[in-house]
Amino acid sequence: MDQMSYVMQQLLTGVSVGGQYALIAIGYTMVYGILRLINFAHGDIFMMAGFFMVYLSATMPIYISIPAVLLLTVALGVLVERVAYKPLRTAPRMSIMISAIGVSYLLQNFATYYTGGLPQKYPTIPWIGDNVTFAGVATSRVTLLTPVLTLALVIGLVALIRYTKVGMAMRAVSKDFETAQLMGININGVISMTFVIGSFLAGVGSLLFFSKYPTVTPTIGAMPGLKAFVAAVFGGIGSIPGAVIGAFLIGICENIIKSMGFPTFSDAFTFVLLIIVLIVRPTGLFGEKATEKV
Amino acid sequence: MKKLLAAVLCLILTASLVAGCSSAPAPGSGSGTPAPGGSSTPAASGSDTVKIGIFEPASGENGGGGKQEVLGIRYAHSLVPTVEVGGKTYKVELVEVDNQSDTSKAVTAAQSLVGSGVSVVLGSYGSGVSIAAGEIFREAKVPAIGVSCTNPQVTLGNDYYFRICFLDPFQGTVMASFAQSKGAKKAFVITQLGDDYSTGLGNYFKTAFEAAGGAVVTGEFQTGEVDFNAILANAKNENVDVIFAPSSIATAPLIIQQARQLGITCPIMAGDTWENTSIIENAGADTSEVYISTFFDENDSSSTIAKDFVTGYKAWLAADPQNLTNNGGNDGVAAVSALGYDAYMTAIEAIKAAGAVDAASIQAALPGVSYDGVTGGLTFDGNGDANKNMAYIKTIENGAFKFIQTQTVS
Repeated sequence: MDQMSYVMQQLLTGVSVGGQYALIAIGYTMVYGILRLINFAHGDIFMMAGFFMVYLSATMPIYISIPAVLLLTVALGVLVERVAYKPLRTAPRMSIMISAIGVSYLLQNFATYYTGGLPQKYPTIPWIGDNVTFAGVATSRVTLLTPVLTLALVIGLVALIRYTKVGMAMRAVSKDFETAQLMGININGVISMTFVIGSFLAGVGSLLFFSKYPTVTPTIGAMPGLKAFVAAVFGGIGSIPGAVIGAFLIGICENIIKSMGFPTFSDAFTFVLLIIVLIVRPTGLFGEKATEKV
Repeated sequence: MKKLLAAVLCLILTASLVAGCSSAPAPGSGSGTPAPGGSSTPAASGSDTVKIGIFEPASGENGGGGKQEVLGIRYAHSLVPTVEVGGKTYKVELVEVDNQSDTSKAVTAAQSLVGSGVSVVLGSYGSGVSIAAGEIFREAKVPAIGVSCTNPQVTLGNDYYFRICFLDPFQGTVMASFAQSKGAKKAFVITQLGDDYSTGLGNYFKTAFEAAGGAVVTGEFQTGEVDFNAILANAKNENVDVIFAPSSIATAPLIIQQARQLGITCPIMAGDTWENTSIIENAGADTSEVYISTFFDENDSSSTIAKDFVTGYKAWLAADPQNLTNNGGNDGVAAVSALGYDAYMTAIEAIKAAGAVDAASIQAALPGVSYDGVTGGLTFDGNGDANKNMAYIKTIENGAFKFIQTQTVS
C-alpha cells in the first residue's frame, strides 16, 4: 500500500464519518434554532431507527422496510415532541432539557429491556454495502455514498427553508417566537415540521451508519449523538451549513488523530474543541451574533 | 385540583417503587438493616437454603457470553439442586445479578450480591468486571470463583478470588506460537484502551511473539468504538501477516468485517471471548481465516464426563425455547457454558468439603478442592488459579466454530 492511497483511505473514512455526524447534527441545530432546546433524545431516536430496521426487515422485504423505518422514526420524533416537550412549552427552558434527558434514558432502557441488551444484527441492504475500489482504495459503497447523500439532503433542506412558505415560517419562529405567533403562524405546526425533518435525517443517518457498522446496541446513539452535538455547536448552533461543516471537520480530524496512533485523544479532541469554541467564539463558526432582546 | 392530582401521582409512583422492591427475589438487598441476632452470615444457621451468587453480564458488550455462562450454571443447578452437609439437606438458591459488562456497574452488582447474603459467588465473564468486584468480595469475606476471566490480576493478591480457567500469559503464548506456526513474522495487535482483558492478553501475545523473533505493531481503540478503519489501514500499510485482536463480543464482527472490506486477507486471531456464534452471524460472509483459542470443545470425545455433559446440556437447551435464545439461537455448546457448569460443581464440592454453608468455611475449603470436570481435572495452585495448561484452537467454517487442534505450552 503506497503512501498516497493510505492518505486517501484515511481521508475517505473521515469524510464518511463526518457525513454521518452531519445528518444527526442537523436535527440538533434545527430544534435548537426553533425551540432553543438541546434535544438530548436525538441520538436515541437515531438508535431506535436502527432497531426499527432490525425488526421490520425480519418480516418485510427491504424495499418496504426502508420507507417504513423512515416513517416510524419521524412518528417517534413527533411523538416525543408532543408528549415530552409540548406540555412544557411555557415552562423554564431547563425543565424541557431535563425532560429531554429523561426521554433519552427512557428510550435507551426500553431498547435494553426489549432486546435483552444484546447487540442485534443490522440487515444487509443490497448494493450499498458492496465492496468497491475507489481511487485505488478498497472500501464499501456506503462510505462513498454517505457524503454525497448528506450534501444532497442539506442542499434540499436549505432550499426548503429559503424558498417555501414552511421555511419562511421556520425562519420567522426562530427569529422571534412570540411575535411569529402573534402574526398568525401556526407554531405547533412549525415545531412538528422541525421534528419531522430532524428525525427523517436521523433515520437516513441510521440507514447509512448501520450499513457500515452492522450491530445495533441500545447505547449506540449516545456517542454519535454527542459528537453531532459538538459539531452543531462548533458550526454555530442554529445554523445548518455550520453544523454540516463542523461535522465534516470533526469526522476528518478524529480519523487523522486515530490513524496517527493516538486513539486516546480522539474523543478528548472533540470535547476540548467544544470547550475552546465556547470560550473563544460562543456563537460558533457561522452562528449569528445574538442580540439579547430586553 | 392539579396539585392534588400531582400529589396522588407521586404517592402511586412511590408505592409502586416499594412494591417493586419487595417483590424482588432478593429482599433487603444491600439495605443495611442488621440481621436479627447480629449474625454476619445470614445463610448460616437456621435456614435450609444456601445462596450462590451469579455475577455475570446479561447486557452490554459481553452480554451474549455472560448469558451462555449462566446457562451452564443453571443446567448444573438443575442436576444438583441440593447439597448435603452434616446430614442436613440444603436447597441451593441461585441469586443472579447483571454487571452489564461495565466496571462501574460491576461494583454495585457485587454489593447487592453480598447484601443478599450469598455464601459463594460464581463469575464473571470478562476480567475487568471481576477485578473491579474482587475488592468487594474480599472485604465482605465472600469467596468468588472466576469462571472465564483470564487476566492474572483477578486472583493476584486476593485470597477470596479463585478461578477455574487458564490465564492470559498462557493464552497469549499459545496464540503467539500458533500464529508463528502458520508462518507469521509480523503481527498487528489491536487492544481496547482501559479494558484489562484486552490490554493484558494483547501484551502477553506481544511479549511471546517478540521473544520468538517476530515483530509487533500495535493499535488501540476506545470502548464503544465502531469505526476501526483508521487502525486497520495502519495494519494494511504495515503489511502484517496476522492480526491479533482480543476484544469483546460486540467489537469482534466490526473488526472482522472492516478488515475484509479494506482488503486485508491475513488471519485474524483472538482469545476466548470470540467463541460466540453471534460473531459469526453478525460478521456476515467475511469470516474466513479467523482463529480463536478457548477452553473446551464439544466434539472432544476423549472424556466421558464431557460427552455426558454435551448430550445432557443439548437436551436441556432444546427443552426451553428461552434457553435456546439465550444461547444465541442454536444448540452449540459454548466453552463458557461448560466452564459455568464446572464452576457450579466446584462450588458444590467446596461446600461438601467445608462441611458448612457459611462463606468463611467455603473459602477455607476451596484451595484443597480437587474435581474432575467437563473442562478437565481441576486443582488450585497457591494463588487460587486452576492448574490448566491446554487450550483448544478453533476456526470459523461454514457458519460454525470448527475445532483444529489443542495447544499446550512446554
